Amino acid sequence: MAGSDVSEREERILSIIETARAKPARFKDDRITMAHGAGGKATQTLIEGLFVPAFASPELSALGDAGAVEVDGAELALTTDSFVVKPLRFPGGSIGELAVNGTVNDLAVSGARPLALTLSLVLEEGLPSETLRAEVEAIGAAAAAAGVHVVAGDTKVVERGHADGMYVCTTGLGRRDPRARLSPSGLRPGDRILVSGTIGEHGTAIMLARGELGLEADIVSDTRSLWPTVDAVLDAAGPDLRAMRDATRGGVASVLNELARASRVAMVVREADVPVSPEVAGAAELLGIDPLYVANEGRLVAFVAPEAAGAALHALQAVPGGEAAAEIGEVRTEPPGMVLVETAFGGRRVMDQLVGDPLPRIC
Amino acid sequence: MRFVDEFRDPELGRALAAEVLSTVEPGRHYKLMEVCGGHTHAIYKYGLDDLLPANVELVHGPGCPVCVIPMGRVDDGIALARRPEVVFTCFGDMMRVPGADGTLLDAKAQGADVRMVYSPLDALRIAKEHPDREVVFFAIGFETTAPSTALTLKRARMEGVTNFSCVCNHVMILPPLRALLDSPDLRLDGFIGPGHVATVVGARPFEFIPAQYERPLVVAGFEPLDLLQAIAMILHQLDEGRCEVENQYTRVVPYEGNLRALEVMAEVFALRPHFEWRGLGFISDSALRLSDAYADFDAEQRFGVPGVRVADPKACQCGEVLKGVIKPWQCKVFGTACTPEHAIGTCMVSPEGACAAYYNYGRFARERAVV
Repeated sequence: MAGSDVSEREERILSIIETARAKPARFKDDRITMAHGAGGKATQTLIEGLFVPAFASPELSALGDAGAVEVDGAELALTTDSFVVKPLRFPGGSIGELAVNGTVNDLAVSGARPLALTLSLVLEEGLPSETLRAEVEAIGAAAAAAGVHVVAGDTKVVERGHADGMYVCTTGLGRRDPRARLSPSGLRPGDRILVSGTIGEHGTAIMLARGELGLEADIVSDTRSLWPTVDAVLDAAGPDLRAMRDATRGGVASVLNELARASRVAMVVREADVPVSPEVAGAAELLGIDPLYVANEGRLVAFVAPEAAGAALHALQAVPGGEAAAEIGEVRTEPPGMVLVETAFGGRRVMDQLVGDPLPRIC
Repeated sequence: MRFVDEFRDPELGRALAAEVLSTVEPGRHYKLMEVCGGHTHAIYKYGLDDLLPANVELVHGPGCPVCVIPMGRVDDGIALARRPEVVFTCFGDMMRVPGADGTLLDAKAQGADVRMVYSPLDALRIAKEHPDREVVFFAIGFETTAPSTALTLKRARMEGVTNFSCVCNHVMILPPLRALLDSPDLRLDGFIGPGHVATVVGARPFEFIPAQYERPLVVAGFEPLDLLQAIAMILHQLDEGRCEVENQYTRVVPYEGNLRALEVMAEVFALRPHFEWRGLGFISDSALRLSDAYADFDAEQRFGVPGVRVADPKACQCGEVLKGVIKPWQCKVFGTACTPEHAIGTCMVSPEGACAAYYNYGRFARERAVV
């Protein structure tokens, strides 16, 4: 860039953008588009600009993965989720399995041991019973694997054409683990950023399973219960574990942006240290997609105080399926609310939230 | 990844950056244009700007197909998409490009059947699966994507698919380059030539740039090492007082181009005498329409479109950005009224657009090597 006046103008523009980014979101869109469900900026605007002010609930305003509820001194966590994935079955999993793991994982990354689930099914007229039976069995098996019981349920049937086969909604109840001292706004400069394994498998597997791309690759979804992973990292880091998120829609990039904003800190991610399998890297390259923005269903991002980072990483790597867990970066002071990527070449760039919807309806 | 990692080796990258540093003359300012939006994207994605000396300035060129679509063409597309019998297909990044009255995504949310495809063949497949609907493909792109549209139309004819048609917005890279070189606004020292376009047209058609305008051009690939090497090659030419077309991307680009692709394009397309480019105005002989032999696949003729010319919003300076006259952040609305979420200009919509690349990747104060 030439000339100091030019730089000053650039600085001013950048500061205007960052001020605008930090402002509370306002929901002004005329209609709902697919982007509102994609986990990026439009989703954030919907939640922070419409839902949070309407419900005026302090538990919801914390914007955690699960809400805190105290009942007679018992600290509980409550969460709910709907699953609208297409196709219903994909390599490595199915909608029923996702519905259990997704909800159980929201509890787990909130530092709560999952206790019980409710299940609500919206079935489309004409759905083969065989498909329903398979999904119900998948739900049972996933719940048993996660150590939770389905304690209540509901079934609705809608006319043909009004649902893609079936939608599954689950609510999860968990008990806060006494080892956990988590807060999405509690990150401090110097904290290390860890991921629990290779990223991007779930979103990529779904995209390829749709068969619209004419690509084939040996990629299976990463869907799994994260409680064993959380249990291990809580044991290793205890109160030094500052926050966790499962990196679902919007991927690791969205998690980092959300927490950078919530804690008003900066983050620097070392691109070369982010674990991505060669298959996912290859598919992402062909599709022009960054794996950091691709959805996961069994991966978490953990923020750990520097003194406990080594122990936490070892614990993550010791959990089956977490062998590729890695430290990918750290929390810094400047510029607040921003996530930066250090490329392998030593260049730097901003990693912002997802704007559009590159992967419609994958979880 | 095999065949990719080799072109992303950080050690080699640093060596090339050092070569660039040792080639530049202190006190001289070098202004190089990367013609292609894919290059702009890669430069920001890999932070390559950071590796260059402060007196080597990269200027973004007009080679992003989404960025150069004028609003009137988007409105024509939306008008077609709103017809009840039509399934409208297009590439994903086209869906967020603003017309005068919203985007294709808005039209989709209002009930239009708009579907994202990854290739024109996907659109043809949809036509075969839905013989009761009219499937329209909104074709965009430079010479890079035109052959795949042409081959799809040939296949549609061969297979007798009659419910398929195409809105042809294919454009060519050489006319706007000539227009830029003729424009007094901009003084450029050299060009990073568009690798993807050159796979089709070859490197030879760019020879007029050194011959008539005395500027070197190096056709480059899209990996970080490709770009750094191409920049080093241009600087070597300038250092040695040479001025020619060189091909850095020889592993993909034959100097004479892909004759088979050019043949198919010549059969299916014909030149439009005039075509409007967003921000650049009308450029003669710069775009393609369907040839008379393929007129029955021309959606503009089959359905009729409003074809109204819509002036760009006054505040939008996409034209200056596309010509490299201003940097994205120098535009009056950059980052304020125009953001990726609510874009006014196309350069903010396309992932290859200079504004989107700068907004998404580059808006952090850079520390650059000083010469």
